[in-house]
Amino acid sequence: MESSKTENLDKEGVTMKHTFSSTLDSKEPKGPIAERWTKYKNEINLVNPANKRLIDVIVVGTGLAGGSAAATLAELGYNVKAFCFQDSPRRAHSIAAQGGINAAKNYQGDGDSTYRLFYDTVKGGDYRSRESNVYRLAEVSANIIDQCVAQGVPFARDYGGLLDNRSFGGVLVSRTFYAKGQTGQQLLLGAYSAMNRQIGRGKIKVYNRHEMLDVVIVDGKARGIIARNLVTGEIERHSAHAVVLGTGGYGNVFFLSTNAMGSNVTAAWKAHKKGAYFANPCYTQIHPTCIPVSGDHQSKLTLMSESLRNDGRIWVPKHMKDAIAIREGKLKPTQLTEDDRDYYLERRYPAFGNLVPRDVASRAAKERCDAGFGVNATGEAVYLDFAAAIMRYGKEQAFIKGLDEMNETIVRELGKEIVKAKYGNLFQMYEKIVDENPYETPMMIYPAVHYTMGGVWVDYNLQTTVPGLYAIGEANFSDHGANRLGASALMQGLADGYFVLPYTIGDYLSNDIRTGTIPTDTKEFDEAEKSVQENINHFINNKGSKSVDYFHKKLGKVMWEKCGMSRNEKDLKEAIEEISLIRKEFYKEVMVPGTANEFNEELAKAGRVADFLELGELFAKDALLREESAGGHFRDEHQTSEGEAMRRKEFQFVSAWEYKGEPKDAVLHKEELVYENIEVKERSYK
Amino acid sequence: MMNLTLKIWRQKNASDKGSIVDYQVSDISPDMSFLEMLDILNNQLIEKGDSPVAFDHDCREGICGMCSLYINGEAHGPDRKVTTCQLHMRKFKDGDTIYIEPFRAKGFPVIKDLVVDRGAFDRIQHAGGFISVNTSGNTQDANAIPISKHDADKAMDAATCIGCGACVASCKNSSAMLFVSAKVSQYALLPQGQIEATDRVLNMVQQMDEEGFGNCTNTGACEVECPKGISLENIARMNREFMKASIKS
Ligand SMILES: Cc1cc2nc3c(=O)[nH]c(=O)nc-3n(C[C@H](O)[C@H](O)[C@H](O)COP(=O)(O)OP(=O)(O)OC[C@H]3O[C@@H](n4cnc5c(N)ncnc54)[C@H](O)[C@@H]3O)c2cc1C
Ligand code: SF4
Ligand code: FES
Repeated sequence: MESSKTENLDKEGVTMKHTFSSTLDSKEPKGPIAERWTKYKNEINLVNPANKRLIDVIVVGTGLAGGSAAATLAELGYNVKAFCFQDSPRRAHSIAAQGGINAAKNYQGDGDSTYRLFYDTVKGGDYRSRESNVYRLAEVSANIIDQCVAQGVPFARDYGGLLDNRSFGGVLVSRTFYAKGQTGQQLLLGAYSAMNRQIGRGKIKVYNRHEMLDVVIVDGKARGIIARNLVTGEIERHSAHAVVLGTGGYGNVFFLSTNAMGSNVTAAWKAHKKGAYFANPCYTQIHPTCIPVSGDHQSKLTLMSESLRNDGRIWVPKHMKDAIAIREGKLKPTQLTEDDRDYYLERRYPAFGNLVPRDVASRAAKERCDAGFGVNATGEAVYLDFAAAIMRYGKEQAFIKGLDEMNETIVRELGKEIVKAKYGNLFQMYEKIVDENPYETPMMIYPAVHYTMGGVWVDYNLQTTVPGLYAIGEANFSDHGANRLGASALMQGLADGYFVLPYTIGDYLSNDIRTGTIPTDTKEFDEAEKSVQENINHFINNKGSKSVDYFHKKLGKVMWEKCGMSRNEKDLKEAIEEISLIRKEFYKEVMVPGTANEFNEELAKAGRVADFLELGELFAKDALLREESAGGHFRDEHQTSEGEAMRRKEFQFVSAWEYKGEPKDAVLHKEELVYENIEVKERSYK
Repeated sequence: MMNLTLKIWRQKNASDKGSIVDYQVSDISPDMSFLEMLDILNNQLIEKGDSPVAFDHDCREGICGMCSLYINGEAHGPDRKVTTCQLHMRKFKDGDTIYIEPFRAKGFPVIKDLVVDRGAFDRIQHAGGFISVNTSGNTQDANAIPISKHDADKAMDAATCIGCGACVASCKNSSAMLFVSAKVSQYALLPQGQIEATDRVLNMVQQMDEEGFGNCTNTGACEVECPKGISLENIARMNREFMKASIKS
C-alpha cells in the first residue's frame, strides 16, 4: 500500500480532515469504452475444458446473481457448490422483484442504445459509479433477454406475439421487460431451471438451509468457507479454488425494509473482516411508495410498485388544521376540496411532477411529514390518489363507448375498470394489508428502505481485494453509484452471473489447474471453524434477558432516525456512539434459547444481527465522511437554498473501507472516479 | 384487540412423536399478519427461556413460497388466494381458538414443529424442470419466435406457482399433480419447451411417483387452497402430455 495521505477539505470555514492510505486500482482496460469488454475477453487466459473438471468453485447465494453464476460455471465444466439459507434456491429474495428488467434492445424504436442505457445509469447514479463497468452492463443487457426467452421465461407480449415493454422512472425510453408484477420471480425461476439442469448432471451440488459464517483464506487467497447446516446445527468445512458471494443487500440493517426477513450482511461482512474492502456503505435507496408502518408489531414493509406513480397523484392537506383533523379521524381525505390539497411534487417539480426519481420523491414526502402534514395516526404517511386518473380514464371510455360523459357514476365505474386492469394486483395487495379500498379512498404511502447500492468493493473483474474472492449482484457496490434506477438490479444480477463472472473468474482460475483439491484439514480451516464455534457458544451460553429482535429494532431505530433519508454531522456522530453501545449491550444481554445442535432460528438471527451492529457503525462513519449530497445520500449541510441535493467535486470517489478491529477504526481507501465519456452535470428535475 | 387460544403442533425433530400444545396470546391487533401474531408468541416464549415455535417464512409478501401452515384445517388458513404470510388477524375474532399444524404429507417430512422438508419438489424439478439451453448468451434474438399473447399469458399463469406445497397438504391423497402440472404446462405452452416435452413429462412424473406423492382423483381441493390460483386445467393438460409421451416412448 502507498503511504498515508491527508486531505484538507474546506467548507464554510470548517476544515475537515480525512486520511486515506491508498488509491485503489480498478483494473479497467484502457482504450475506447465501447471496445473495452471485447478487447478484455480476447486477452484473458482461458482454462481448457479438461482442466475445468479439476477446479472447484463455491457460490454463496442462489438469487439472480448467484443462481445464474452457478449454472453457467457448472455448464462450463467447473465443479460448483451452491449455498443458500432458504429451503430451496428458488426462494432467494430476487423472487420478490415486481416491476421489470431493463435491456437496451430498442424494440420500440424509440432511440434506445447501449450508450443511452449507459448514460441513464451513470446520471441516475448521480455520477458516482465506474464508467467501464456500467458500459459493460449496458452492452450485455440485450443478451439477457435472449437468454431468458430461450429458457422459457414467459415475458409479457403484445397481440402480434412480440415482447412488450414498459417505461420506468428517470428515463425517456421504453426499455423495461416484465412478466406481470412478478418479473423477479420469473427470472429467478429461469436461473433456477438452468441450475436444475446442472444439478441433474451432477455438476452443481446444492446446500440448502446452509449459512456461510466465514471465508477461509490460505496463503492470501480465498480457498473455502465455513458453513452451518441450519437443520442439524453442524459446522461444515467446504474448500474450493475460488469463492463467489452473491448474497444480496443489507437493507435489513434498518430492521424494517422491503427485504425478505432473512436478507443479511453476514457473508459480505465476514469477507470484509477477512480483508475485502467494503465500499460506500452509506448509499441506500429509500423507495417512496411503500405501505406505511402501522404499529410496533410490524416485521417488514411492503413495496407498492413505482409504476403507480404514472397515474397516482401525491398530496397532503394544505392546512395544518385539516391534517390534524384527518389524523384524529374527524375528517376524510375525500372531503377536502382541490384548493385545500397540496400536490407538493407537482408544485416543486413542475417538469417531472409525480415522476421524479426515487430519492427526490422520498425526501419530499419526509419534508411534508416533518412539517406536520402527515395523514395517518403516526403522522408518517402521504396520499397517493387515483381519483383523477379514474375520472380521466372513465371519460375516455365513455366517449369510446358512446355513453354519457357527464354521468359521474358511469364515468367512475368505467374508469375503475381501467385502473383495475393496470394495477389490480397491487390494489388487492394494499387492501389485504390496510383493509381500505383504494378505489374509493386514496392510498397512504411512505418511503421505506429498499435497496443498498453500497457493498463489497470489486474491481473490473468483480474480484474483491482478496484474491479468489468475488462479489456479484446486490452484494457488490459496482454499477449504480449513489442511486439505482428502477429495473436495473435484475439486469445487473443476471449480467454478472451469466455473462461477466464466467469470463473474469476463468482468468484467475487458469493459474489453478495444477493445484489439486484444497484440503480442509489445515490450520486455516481449524482456526476459522474455531472462531465460528466460539461465537455460537457465546450466544448459546449467554442466557441474557432480551431477545435478538429487541436489539435489531433498537439498531433499526437509530439507523432510520440518524442515518436515514437525511443525515447531518451531529446525528451521525451520535449514531456511531449509540450503535457501539447497543453492540456492547447485545453481547451482554442477548437471550438465545435452545442449543447449537438443532434447527434454531434465534441462533441464526443472533449471528446476523451481530454483523448488522458492526456494519451500522461503518455505515454512519461513511456517511459522516461524505460531506456532500449525492443520490440516496443527503446531508443537511449540503443542499441548495431550495432544499435540493448538492454534490461536490472533491467527493468524486468511491470510499472503500479496510477492516481494522472496531468498525469506527476502519481505514479509508479511495477509488477516484473518472468520467471520460459522459459530462458530469447538475441533476435537475424542475 | 383480541385474546386468542392457540393449539400448536410441537415436535422437537424428525424422530420425535410430537403433540399439540396450548398457548394464550393477548392484545392481538386485527392489523397484524398471522406471522406477526406468531412473532409475539415467540417473543413471549423466548423471554421466559422457552423454545420458540419454529415455522418457515422469508419474503412475507406471498411470493417466495417459504411459509406454509395448516390453520384450522386449511392450508394457508381461511382466506382465499393468499399465503399464510398475507393472512391478517382481522379474519379472526376475540376469543377464537386456532389450530396450527404443519403441512402434512408422506413426501413432506417434518423437520421441527411447523417446518417441513419440501426437498421432493426440488428433486422433481431436477428431473426435468428446465429447457436444455446453454447460458452462454449465444442464443437467437428474443423476438425471433413470436408467441401468441394467449399462449404467453397462459404460460405465465402456470408459471406463477410458488412451490409452497399447499396443494399437496390439501389433497386427501397427498397428490402433487397441481404443482407438477403447472411446470409441465408452462413449458408445453411455449415453443421453446416443446422440443423436450416427451422426456420432461415422463421424467417429472416418474420422480413425483418415487417421492411418494399419491394419485390424483380429481377432488379439486388443491385448486381451492392454492394461493396463486393455479387452475385444474393444468392437470388436464399434463395428463394429455403424459398420454402423448407414453404412446411415443
Ligand atoms: C420488493 C422488491 C422489489 C424489487 N423490484 C425490483 C424490480 O422490479 N427490478 C429490479 O431490477 N430490481 C428490483 N428489486 C431489487 C432486486 O430484486 C435485488 O436487488 C436483486 O434481486 C438482488 O439479487 P441478488 O442475486 O444479488 O441477491 P438475492 O436475490 O437477495 O439473493 C441472495 C442469496 O444469498 C443467500 N445468502 C445470503 N446470505 C447468505 C449466507 N450467509 N449464507 C448462505 N447463503 C446466503 C440467500 O439464501 C439467497 O440465495 C426489488 C427489491 C425488492 C425488495
Ligand atoms: S400449485 Fe399452488 S398450492 Fe401447489 S405449490 Fe404451486 S402455488 Fe402452491
Ligand atoms: S413468506 Fe414468502 S410466501 Fe409467505
